Amino acid sequence: MKLRANLIIGGALFALAILVGLLAPWLAHTDPVLDANLMNAEEPPSWTWWFGTDDQGRDIYSRVVYGARVSLTVGIVSQLINSVIGVALGLSAGYWGGWWDDVVNGLTNVMLAIPSLIFALAIMAVLGPGLTSLLIALGLTNWSFTCRIARASALSLRSQGYVQAATVLGYGDLRIMITQLLPNMLGPIVVIGTLGMGSAVLSEAALSFLGLGVRPPFPSWGSMLSDARDQITTAPWLSVFPGLAIFLTVLGLNLLGDGLRDILDPQSRSRRT
Amino acid sequence: MHEPHDGLGVAGQADDVILSVEDLAVHFPLGGGLLGRSRRLLRAVDGVDLRLKRGECLGLVGESGSGKSTVALSILGLLTPTRGRIVLDGQVVTNRQSGDRKALARTVQMVFQDPYASLNPRQTVRRTLEDPLRVHGVTAASEIEDRVATMLRHVGLRPEQSGRYPHEFSGGQRQRIGIARALILNPRIVICDEPVSALDVSIRAQIINLLLELKDTLGLSYIMISHDLGVVEHMSDKVAVMYLGRIVENGGWREIFERPAHPYTQALIAAIPDPLHHAPLATTGGDLPNPLNPPNGCAFSPRCRHAEDVCRHEPGPMLETRPDGHAVGCWRSEEIAGQAALASSDGRLNFP
Amino acid sequence: MTGAPLIEVQDLRIDLHDGSRRVAAAEGVSFRIDRGETFGLVGESGCGKSITALALIGLLRPPLSIGNGVIRFEGNQIQHLSAARQRELRGNRIAMIFQEPMTALNPVSPVGRQIAEMFVLHKGKSWREANRLAVEALANVRVPAPERRVHDYPHQLSGGMRQRVMIAIALACGPDLLIADEPTTALDVTVQAEIIELMRNLCAERGTAILMISHDLGLVANVCRRVAVMYAGRIVEERGSADIFRAPSHPYTQGLVDSLPRLGSRAALGRSRLKEIAGVVPAITNFPDGCRFNPRCAQATNICRTVVPETDLLSAGGLVRCHHHA
Repeated sequence: MKLRANLIIGGALFALAILVGLLAPWLAHTDPVLDANLMNAEEPPSWTWWFGTDDQGRDIYSRVVYGARVSLTVGIVSQLINSVIGVALGLSAGYWGGWWDDVVNGLTNVMLAIPSLIFALAIMAVLGPGLTSLLIALGLTNWSFTCRIARASALSLRSQGYVQAATVLGYGDLRIMITQLLPNMLGPIVVIGTLGMGSAVLSEAALSFLGLGVRPPFPSWGSMLSDARDQITTAPWLSVFPGLAIFLTVLGLNLLGDGLRDILDPQSRSRRT
Repeated sequence: MHEPHDGLGVAGQADDVILSVEDLAVHFPLGGGLLGRSRRLLRAVDGVDLRLKRGECLGLVGESGSGKSTVALSILGLLTPTRGRIVLDGQVVTNRQSGDRKALARTVQMVFQDPYASLNPRQTVRRTLEDPLRVHGVTAASEIEDRVATMLRHVGLRPEQSGRYPHEFSGGQRQRIGIARALILNPRIVICDEPVSALDVSIRAQIINLLLELKDTLGLSYIMISHDLGVVEHMSDKVAVMYLGRIVENGGWREIFERPAHPYTQALIAAIPDPLHHAPLATTGGDLPNPLNPPNGCAFSPRCRHAEDVCRHEPGPMLETRPDGHAVGCWRSEEIAGQAALASSDGRLNFP
Repeated sequence: MTGAPLIEVQDLRIDLHDGSRRVAAAEGVSFRIDRGETFGLVGESGCGKSITALALIGLLRPPLSIGNGVIRFEGNQIQHLSAARQRELRGNRIAMIFQEPMTALNPVSPVGRQIAEMFVLHKGKSWREANRLAVEALANVRVPAPERRVHDYPHQLSGGMRQRVMIAIALACGPDLLIADEPTTALDVTVQAEIIELMRNLCAERGTAILMISHDLGLVANVCRRVAVMYAGRIVEERGSADIFRAPSHPYTQGLVDSLPRLGSRAALGRSRLKEIAGVVPAITNFPDGCRFNPRCAQATNICRTVVPETDLLSAGGLVRCHHHA
């Protein structure tokens, strides 16, 4: 029963975040960038300004709502890039073995040895700030866990009878990997992907906080935190609400990942017995 | 469908021989440290000759480590032989180019032991049977549908069941699906690797009967790998007995089972418990030797009650073919032939 | 106590808890094994033979549990013993060997130590004495050079040698009953013959009773004096091993014997189509009403589909559970 709660709460939080991002134009009260009005600067939360306003008089609620777009885009897209890279490398390494496996293994170990945020920072430094650079930086630096899982699954799956049968039937390697191996390792990959999305959202916040994210004035949760740095004691609502948004989204993704693991894992175990 | 391919030479063969394996050897180097100085060689198969005639079933018998699966994998093109050649339907297939696997797939197929692990749990039966046809260039939807439906009926399943996943079927039904998959490309030879040993006892007869029926209706030739001698005797026309990478005895089923000439074959047969006749099981003495460190001389000599000096020191005896086609690889088969009759009369081949 | 059976099982039911549902994975199971006797339980996967054995030694774990019935060991009901007494019984008086010795042996402990442990644990010996006894025990199961082999780890031994070690551990304390659950299924036939003969001879020497569980009719018939055939959670026939497969009374037993490609039968009778038992083995959650074999039975009539057959005594000796038995 507890397992279900994970899934429902996590799924609901994540779905809420996505809905907010999609419906931002209808949910927001004001334009997050243009509706600056110094008359309303640094208003605390009230019925008019639900989450308060910032030092330029922009509505924090509207900015948090629009910020969901950036944070989730970065989370989802960069993790998708990671998953594709990780699965492609891990699956082929596990299936083919040999020198390719050694190469992929070495690469994975290097990636695991470098803190991914530092690596992403280095890439950002080369590419310059901006959404695209953010997607590339985070999408290239977090595939090692997916790769390991994919490789381990491929190693154990390739000795299964149905993979041998496909070889005997004259299937090409690519077809075997895509139709025989991939569908049977999807469970753990999805779980890792969900958890990875959570950490990508956090990394986006961290990079934006360091000023390497989306260019101001367009809001992302991380850049909002970064902007609020100086007013954290005088106007705490500036950092509390974007912080809460990050917290709830990441919590949701982690719960979802846990929940998926609980329902996907026993299945993959019972398939073997 | 059997157009000549690059690298496939045409070899002169008697018409009715569909597969011949000549002096096949498969050696696996085993890693011996980084320097490779202590590298050892596992001679999984070492000089095996086999002939399979059209429409026949050849039983391949032996215990674990005897190399029977290695022979099968070599015929299927999944292992590259160290030595020797395999001639399929008049074509030498041993040194195939990479593109030839598809051609091979249309000639030789395999039925696997475990009907649970050998079906992709994420694919419906239809997908399992349609994909091979598409891979082999059948594109017309109606033809694909027809062939799948026909094949399902052949193996005793209903075409309506094709939308289901493997876990919705029982073990016996899954094995029927596995057989359908092996036959969907219309192969000439099917290698059956322990096709019933993972099935419930009350289901085995169904599958054995089905395999024999299909062999006759579709004109197939079988290589039947099994440790269950009852199944092998029932299904086979010829039988080859393997021990530690070599064939020790080879002949018609009646010769092998009624007049086994090699002490190992005799021991195998005497070790099978029969539900209707109770006798102490014949024991051979000792375990199978380590294939990495095979005994000098005849590989069976350490366990053989007939072994003499010649058996222990002279390298493995060659198969000697008698006029009736019965071949035995044993230094002392002549002398033993007389004693075998005596030994079987008290139902016991004891290790002294 | 003489004359009383060593172990007696009466009307045992084993429940499988499947969510909120409870299904009987085995029911109405009754048999007795006398001192020094050899008794076999044969059946297909899911027929309940292995869980019956686990119930005997109190090793059923959720989702399985004993629903009702009585298991007596030397007259004492096993279920009523304390956990400590049950533990003492296992290993000391009742021992068990399994199909795959590799999983039953501790991979990080030398086999000699694993045997010696039995003497320390159950017989209160010192380690020095126990180690000496371990070498002796290995010699008894015909392991060559036992004084060297005691230092080996399980992975260094062949399958046959591992099963010998398992037998040495099982027989270390001189148990009264040895439960052997598919002890040779993972082994080659020539090695199987060795292990079976070894097990049979050692038990006969020591008066240890054997409960052998297998799907192999030939093996059980050769090892055991009496055999019970289980189907879908019930014992359908129990007879002396000399008769049960030669003149079966239950259609299922008859069907099994007829469907078997027996070695030598082709030479004697020619190749004919094997007689099949139609249909599939029912799943535990989907046992049919009445006689559970009825959907696959050629002789089934209406009564078979509705009424559970009672266990009848056969005039020739033995028990059968069939409305139309011979």
